[in-house]
Amino acid sequence: MRRRDLALGIISLIVAWQVLAWIVHAPVLPGAWDVLQALVRETPRGLGRHFVISGWRVLASIVISMLVAVPVGLILGQSPRLNRIFSPVIYIVYPIPKIVFLPIILLFLGIGNTSKIFIIFLILFFQILVVVRDQASILRPELIYSVRSLGAGRRALFRFVYLPATIPAALTALRVGIGTAIAVLFFAESFATTSGLGYYIIVESWGRLAYPEMYAGVVAMSVLGLLLYFAADALERRLAPWMFLRE
Amino acid sequence: MIDADRVTFAYAEQAPVFQEFSWHVSAGEAWAVIGPSGCGKSTLLYLIAGLRQPNAGRLAVDGWPVPRPRASTGLILQDYGLLPWATVRENVALVMRMGRFYRDKSGAGEGPRPYPRAEITEAQVDAWLDRLGIADLRDKYPAQISGGQRQRTAIARSLLQQPNLLLMDEPFSSLDALTREDLQRLTVELRQETGVTTVVVTHNIEEAVYLGQRILVLGRAPTARAHVIENPAAGAPDYRGRPVFWERCMELRSALAGEPV
Repeated sequence: MRRRDLALGIISLIVAWQVLAWIVHAPVLPGAWDVLQALVRETPRGLGRHFVISGWRVLASIVISMLVAVPVGLILGQSPRLNRIFSPVIYIVYPIPKIVFLPIILLFLGIGNTSKIFIIFLILFFQILVVVRDQASILRPELIYSVRSLGAGRRALFRFVYLPATIPAALTALRVGIGTAIAVLFFAESFATTSGLGYYIIVESWGRLAYPEMYAGVVAMSVLGLLLYFAADALERRLAPWMFLRE
Repeated sequence: MIDADRVTFAYAEQAPVFQEFSWHVSAGEAWAVIGPSGCGKSTLLYLIAGLRQPNAGRLAVDGWPVPRPRASTGLILQDYGLLPWATVRENVALVMRMGRFYRDKSGAGEGPRPYPRAEITEAQVDAWLDRLGIADLRDKYPAQISGGQRQRTAIARSLLQQPNLLLMDEPFSSLDALTREDLQRLTVELRQETGVTTVVVTHNIEEAVYLGQRILVLGRAPTARAHVIENPAAGAPDYRGRPVFWERCMELRSALAGEPV
């Protein structure tokens, strides 16, 4: 997407918001300007810290899930036998909404960072795993034969064929999964913790009816999501330029 | 170069494709393999390439069995052999990168060299791009170039590792007539320049006669005996214009139509 289009999109959203605020004309929907002021005011007074903490949690889960899911997906994808053994388990676990495990995870891992990172990891892991596995398993046999005939052993096949073939798919899965990841983070942070944007929005602002601050928190969370989305998008274009060819 | 000694091969739970099949290819020869669909043409190439193993009998390339592909055999397939995510130059340079990837292992043990040579240089990559006439396309991706250009890329990549055996599986069958003739001519030139032994699998009679100084005719599976048509004049640039070319084509056509003797 072009920068200009992006700016236009953001501006029209803000305008719509402002118009809606004028129509509703109630404290529960402050205007964009009030919220921007709250954002500037609140950032040094805690909001910034919560943003960094939440961002760190999501980022850590993303990195861990990529590091674990990509290799596992690659191994399953290129070995039909292993895949036959594990695919029933994955098939059953994949559609379970992992968020329901949150109470159990909290019991085991406590209320600190670990439990939040783990629940997001759990969600992203399966999404990336399935995509990478499927991508690796549908590689054309002709391609594998050609590269093997050039003298590629198993290690070189991983390095030069399976990895580059699946990275873009993993990034797409990640880009799609980021929305879910942040939603889950919000939920996990909204209780039994003392830090993060979820805590800021629910406990610190919503709980004491500080509406502009609450909206500032919502904006911060949206910005976090957008930034991660852009980062995944840029990474995809950087690592997989052939996916964006224009004839 | 290739010694098939009573080779039997069948895909799992299917009737055999080859039954005690014996065949010999000497170094430097230019072979074409022709036969109807399902006769085992491609299977034969995969056996020689080390991508399939015989169920019985002995198959040796350069005097050694081929339990896995050896780097000094080049394999060119009809399509999809190039990495779609790599440019033309990156595809050709893949051999160089893999050679460096396996640097520690090169030269280990005796027998066929399993990994690409470690000493391939950037200059050699560029030289082959030039020779195949694809230097201008170096930064294009396979999806952006024509089928003929893709095959040129595949050929450059194979020749970069200095193979002594080049296997081609229907290499030009998805190309238009003029491009196909172009690449057939190029194949003959490159063979004469490098002295590489070639085995080209095709279902096209004229292609077999143009490229194969010896032509192996396969009938319906299972194949037990090698039926060979001698065609020593192949390799002359103007061969297609000579009466003997068409005589050979007729001979080959009747060999294909009837049961091989």
